[in-house]
Amino acid sequence: MAETHKTDLLVIGGGPGGYTAAFRAADLGLHVTLVNADDNLGGTCLLRGCIPSKALLHVAELITEASEARTYGLTFGDPKIDLDALRGWKDNIITRLSTGLSGLVRQRKVTHLTGYAQFENSQSASIEGDGDIDRVEFEHAIIATGSRPIVLPIFALDTPRILDSTTALDLDEIPKSLLVIGGGIIGLELGSVYAALGSAVTVVEMTDTLLPGTDPDLVKPLETRLRQAFSAIHTSTRVTHIEEVNTGIEVNWEGEESKTSEIFDRVLLCIGRRPNTDNIGLENTEIEPDEQGFIKVDSQMRTNDPRLFAIGDAIPGPGLAHKAAHEGKIAAEVLAGEPASFDALIPSVVYTDPEIAWVGLTETDALKQDRKVDIVRFPWAASGKAHAIGRIEGQTKLIVDPYTQRVLGMGIVGPNAGDLIAEGVLAIEMAAVAEDIAHTIHPHPSLAETIGIASEIHLGSATDVYMPKK
Amino acid sequence: MATEFKLPDLGEGVEAGDVVSVLVAEGDTIEIDQSVLELETDKALVEVPSSVAGTVTEIHINAGDRVPVGSLLISVEEGEQSAPSPPEPEAEAPTPAPKEEPESTARAPEPTPPAPRPPAPASNGDPIPAAPSTRRLARELGVDLTQVAGSGPGGRISQDDIKAAVRDRQTGGPAPTAPVQLPDFSRWGNIERQPLSKVRQIIAKNMSQAWQQVAHVTQFDRADVTDLEAFRQRNKEKVEASGAKLTPTVLALKAIITALKTFPQFNASLDAGANEIILKHYYNLGIAVDTERGLLVPVIKDVNRKDILELALELGDISQRARTGKIGLEELQGGTFTVTNLGSLGVGEFTPIVNYPEVAILGFGRAREEATVREGRIEPRLIMPLALSYDHRVIDGADGARFMRKIVDALENPELMLMGG
Repeated sequence: MAETHKTDLLVIGGGPGGYTAAFRAADLGLHVTLVNADDNLGGTCLLRGCIPSKALLHVAELITEASEARTYGLTFGDPKIDLDALRGWKDNIITRLSTGLSGLVRQRKVTHLTGYAQFENSQSASIEGDGDIDRVEFEHAIIATGSRPIVLPIFALDTPRILDSTTALDLDEIPKSLLVIGGGIIGLELGSVYAALGSAVTVVEMTDTLLPGTDPDLVKPLETRLRQAFSAIHTSTRVTHIEEVNTGIEVNWEGEESKTSEIFDRVLLCIGRRPNTDNIGLENTEIEPDEQGFIKVDSQMRTNDPRLFAIGDAIPGPGLAHKAAHEGKIAAEVLAGEPASFDALIPSVVYTDPEIAWVGLTETDALKQDRKVDIVRFPWAASGKAHAIGRIEGQTKLIVDPYTQRVLGMGIVGPNAGDLIAEGVLAIEMAAVAEDIAHTIHPHPSLAETIGIASEIHLGSATDVYMPKK
Repeated sequence: MATEFKLPDLGEGVEAGDVVSVLVAEGDTIEIDQSVLELETDKALVEVPSSVAGTVTEIHINAGDRVPVGSLLISVEEGEQSAPSPPEPEAEAPTPAPKEEPESTARAPEPTPPAPRPPAPASNGDPIPAAPSTRRLARELGVDLTQVAGSGPGGRISQDDIKAAVRDRQTGGPAPTAPVQLPDFSRWGNIERQPLSKVRQIIAKNMSQAWQQVAHVTQFDRADVTDLEAFRQRNKEKVEASGAKLTPTVLALKAIITALKTFPQFNASLDAGANEIILKHYYNLGIAVDTERGLLVPVIKDVNRKDILELALELGDISQRARTGKIGLEELQGGTFTVTNLGSLGVGEFTPIVNYPEVAILGFGRAREEATVREGRIEPRLIMPLALSYDHRVIDGADGARFMRKIVDALENPELMLMGG
């Protein structure tokens, strides 16, 4: 039975951006309706992204570490991988977290609809789903529809041998050989998982470096390690043709000097994502997405349509869950009349082994802007904790303003970089000068200590390294 | 080894002084910080301490000379015993005995003015140097953080910096602070020190800024408000029925609007840096309100668009809330001209201070019945004293007179005024 539902706020999309916006708005007293295409809440991040990939990366790390323990005098047998059990464990994590979200929806009395929403105009949307409600009238709506992997026409083969980030996380099997197209964050993370599980992994990347845009000195320790873990890494290489053959997928590529073709069991496409803004009826509103499909918003997440807000992967910027969630809060608070506005730093993390994390101004950007900065590097080879865990390839780097001594950026490569970077985010948000960090006691021994010592090096007060007088 | 002692920089812009007396003679042995002469500057009579020690070999100045900073005062032969370190320790004493001039070695030889703070660096796309909570406060108060120079390390902006910026915005700029050295009043009797309340501090800052910035002139006049008072009495009850009070100030607001429209330079601000006068095409009148916390000036916006009843209601509301401390910051901002009425306190004439960066203020005194000659007959009339202070940089005396006449005319002919004349 068709039914129209009226609400203060319609949130379209139940990912980290959408559910955060819905919950915050409900807490601020709005009547909120959340519509999500999937029965389960959590979006790409929880269902087919960050969380399952981190679970599998944890497994990968365990396998690698167990094998490296040989050098400590600790020998394990080769791992036996029960793929069904592993998949079950991963799916169980997703179910638990998603169920938790549904509980939060109920506690907050948010109306939760399952289906696809399409704007009829700027005040109503049709809902295509199995529920009774097939139409929602709203005062405001937040578009949090997220993104999906890009498929270029030349890769569009209809075969299960072609994977994207979603199907790769389904773990149907462990291919003998896997080609990862795209040496960005997702490609390297998933490549690491499959390499640890036993696949021979090859990566091709169009640009001349892995993780394009990331400071080269942070990428280097990772690349060294990946060159051992992977069969091959080809940068400055473009895939020209792929074709399914009897034994797998035949891939042709062109490097700077050579052309080759090789056959792989599976090919994983990690060449980027595009926003899900094409099938939600934006043509019935005042919003016009840009050529790539992104919706323009102001710092308060308002689109040019006064009733509509947009957040997360649907708007420009890095497609990161923590960005989307922060934007979701801002949109909700702005709707509730609070003076919120997006002016926060977005930390980036690559959850490979070692991890790479950075925030604020990078060395690469400073160079590009011809900006004078002081750069302090602390090599983990001088860290007791790094030695104790057998990972001295790491590095902690600070970018400091030479005039104000303010910390402008931080970059870390090494295990737990993603956790360690939080100190840098806070330092920059609080406008800390290097001296503030140097005078803060960091626990010893710890990896966090490397941040303290880097600041001391800047200050000239470090005792853990010898610095000739300037 | 002769050293020349020259007149050091005395700070505070003093460039020269007149020698009142010379306190040393040739052949005297002097120590560091010993006073060598008395100097009268345009600021004060000061004693000039020596920055060298030794024997005075020659005195180059006489009492009555005018000496600029840097001129040679005395020549001193530095001796072994008078090196610029503490006098020789007595060998047997394990710790140096306190000397007669305990300050002599502790004090820096010459006062150097503090290095000027570098201005806030131009925005270069870096995150604003303020914590997230501070940034939110700035948004709440409508402060543009790129315009605020932080007081913390590395230019970090604190919540106090933001509040100061809000105060500056109200007053048009930070007041130059020139702390004055006060004498020790307790030498002449008991004293008590009380902290200055925040409101008092702001008033003090605003007032001294107005006093320093504005070339003040005050003109007095008197208006016959007999008819106006009759009008007020006739309409008082009508207004009261709506819950408002028809005070003389409400009617005065109307009179001021008439005059401001005729003389727009009174509804203006001076941008001395740009050599421009900023004429405001809106009429927001500030009303000085006496509150327990001190003087507050809430602003009634767009007075020209409001009728008597609306003004009466708003004036009553805004002064009440100013008194009870429930006034919002934005209601204290944006004024273009200020009215102050001390009549209710029985005051006749007074000289109001312009509420800078406005350029004029009108004060009302108490109206009294006076014997007035009208058409050859003595008649009791109600006469109200008026005081108009204005910034003479912007407004000439003749214009001040014309403006005042316009006000007086309006007050004396209420019907005309209230019809918009």
